[in-house]
Amino acid sequence: MSGSQQHDSASLKITGGTLFDGVGEPITNPGLLIRDGKIAAIGASALDVGVDREFDAEGCVIAPGFVDLCCNLREPGNGQKGNIASETRAAAHGGFTTVCASPETSPVNDSGAVTHLIREGAASRGVVKVLPIGAITRGLEGELLSDMEGLKNAGCVAVGNGSRGVRNARILRRCMAYAQTFGLTVMFSPENQALAADGYAHDGQIATRLGLLGIPEVAETAAVMEMLLLAEETGVRLHLSQVSCARSVEMLVDARKRGIQVTADVAMHQLVFTETSLASFDSRFHVRPPLRSEADRRALLAGVRDGVIDAIVSQHQPHDSAAKQAPLPATEPGLSSIESVLSLGLQLVAAGELSLPCLLGALTRGPAGVLNRSAQLAVGAPADLCVFNPDGRWTPSTRTLMSAGIHAPLVGIALPGEMKLTLVDGRVAWSAMH
Amino acid sequence: MTANAPSPNHLQLTRDGQLRHFLTLDGLGRELLTDILDTADSFIEVGERSIKKVPLLRGRTVVNLFFESSTRTRSTFELAAKRLSADVLNLDISTSATSKGESLSDTLLNLEAMASDMFVVRHSQSGAPHFIAESVTPGVAIINAGDGRHAHPTQAMLDMLTIRQHKGRFDGLKVAIVGDVLHSRVARSQIRALNELGAAEVRVIAPGTLLPRDVEDLGCTVEYDMTKGMRDLDVVIMLRLQKERMEGALLPSEREFYRLYGLSQDKLALASPDCIVMHPGPINRGVEIESAVADGPQSVILNQVTNGIAIRMAVMSMAMGGQVAERQQKQVDHEGARA
Repeated sequence: MSGSQQHDSASLKITGGTLFDGVGEPITNPGLLIRDGKIAAIGASALDVGVDREFDAEGCVIAPGFVDLCCNLREPGNGQKGNIASETRAAAHGGFTTVCASPETSPVNDSGAVTHLIREGAASRGVVKVLPIGAITRGLEGELLSDMEGLKNAGCVAVGNGSRGVRNARILRRCMAYAQTFGLTVMFSPENQALAADGYAHDGQIATRLGLLGIPEVAETAAVMEMLLLAEETGVRLHLSQVSCARSVEMLVDARKRGIQVTADVAMHQLVFTETSLASFDSRFHVRPPLRSEADRRALLAGVRDGVIDAIVSQHQPHDSAAKQAPLPATEPGLSSIESVLSLGLQLVAAGELSLPCLLGALTRGPAGVLNRSAQLAVGAPADLCVFNPDGRWTPSTRTLMSAGIHAPLVGIALPGEMKLTLVDGRVAWSAMH
Repeated sequence: MTANAPSPNHLQLTRDGQLRHFLTLDGLGRELLTDILDTADSFIEVGERSIKKVPLLRGRTVVNLFFESSTRTRSTFELAAKRLSADVLNLDISTSATSKGESLSDTLLNLEAMASDMFVVRHSQSGAPHFIAESVTPGVAIINAGDGRHAHPTQAMLDMLTIRQHKGRFDGLKVAIVGDVLHSRVARSQIRALNELGAAEVRVIAPGTLLPRDVEDLGCTVEYDMTKGMRDLDVVIMLRLQKERMEGALLPSEREFYRLYGLSQDKLALASPDCIVMHPGPINRGVEIESAVADGPQSVILNQVTNGIAIRMAVMSMAMGGQVAERQQKQVDHEGARA
């Protein structure tokens, strides 16, 4: 099984299955004709045409390709953890056709030159579309403005702080005002560095019992409040990345009522796991922001259901084993998660916590909207789509995972959601058939 | 949807409930804790003999791995291992391999390759002994000698032994733990042990800056005012205050801390007349405790040290027993599978 090769399918027909086009009701046996990288026809007439290849999607869901607003490809600079080839293949296996690449590379993506490097790497070795996010400050040090206009011209779709804070509110305010000048969206992970300090776990019952250094909820909520106020004042388009607290969701609701231009995302693992995942010091679940309480998890889910949270992201952070093979406090945060996002989401659907259209919306239309793009499967649109069997099972393991990072949230357990086919501009980025 | 918190017992107990590592008191029942205390009682007598040795660990190699410095704990572990007739290797890791860039895993795998049977581990990071027992050397018995802020289970058990010697029971006892609970692995283990053994009330007495969030969930009540908190106490346990706590804006000054939370003779007079005074050491005289109290008739601080050897002998012999039983079981399983 390998999804690495790209096959140019000049024309391809998909029969059977149920289409969630991202807008209307699901359509059974839609009939999809793909030609020259675009969707050429939808409907019974699409099936009468002679094509080079045919794909039988019987029993499967056909959906727009997933869009990830937060993905670490580890290139340039962290080859021991992953690279564009391995991590875009993992993305395609997860059903993603577009990923935003975090600016936290080495060197940091704070100049057009690094952006070009990433885009060239993606063009030559990547199998999905890669949209770089630029660093909002030079070196992500939180002190000096980056060349934002240069980043934009080189192809960055937004600027952000990765997972690092910005040292003070004055610089934050100037970052926003400067980004606003060029119509750039700013993507911030809200964390007050002084309050988070050396913490690495949710400041709650598990941290108290195990003596872990806590990151209090207020480390996030104080930063969310500050960013909302500054966004309101500067008029910048603000996207809050990976919110983790119930209180943050409440503040988002209030901010939207006030007319502040703000969108937000949550990492899939925040919707599934809580602080109790650390109860036996399992370093895989060392993530940042930390997994929080059950009440937070429920509020985040409600936020996705209500559309207050626009997108679910993978927050994919592949690591080499040395990064996780140490006592919990000494490990690096992050999960190799992009291949498990759909499966975890389908578990939420099975548990009645999320509907399938809502899950798919938060993986397609929602994140595409944040990027001012469309993720609709319509005639004339790029053929970026995935086909998966929601009832088919697969078991994450070193053999089945395409990512160089093996620390997936669930390993050795059969999960729902077998990815059958991922097309990017009509080309096969992943196929279970090989 | 969320997984239940897994119990640490899949790690530290054998299939039939014997100790094979000693990582935390979480999940250990009253019966096992009492068993440890009873076993320790039987070893106290060994310390009173002219030849203070029993052959329970003869031929076994115990490595004291102290990634964080310690005098008292390391000495008592060393004495305990020697009284059990083990070969003992003391490694002060903070100044050895890891400072040359060797990873913790590599250091331990090398020591395991020297046919070690037991590692006594002290580490500054919470969960380090769990990590070693689970991922590095599961075939070596791991004894937690204090990890970060998490647990110090042998200290808590020697404190329980001391309380039982002086009070004869746990039922109905009112116990206070005073001072820096936030940073204290000792307090976490003590609260757990006292709850499991049936103490009537565990009170923590400290300012808000030295208490972890939702500390009540551990099974204790909170009192900010020590003069109120001393009432009806049967046992008062003072915690050591590190001098660096003034730097992070946790406390204003040693003087104010001593005035409010130091155990003076005046404050001790508010407790029950037969209240005993305990301290895990080392003591900061005049910071958390008045000298006259530390050396006074109600103080049992030196008994704690003596009991430390007996408790560590008990835990080491029990864990070695479980580890050997596990090895034999695996051998039987292996041969059964081949037959």
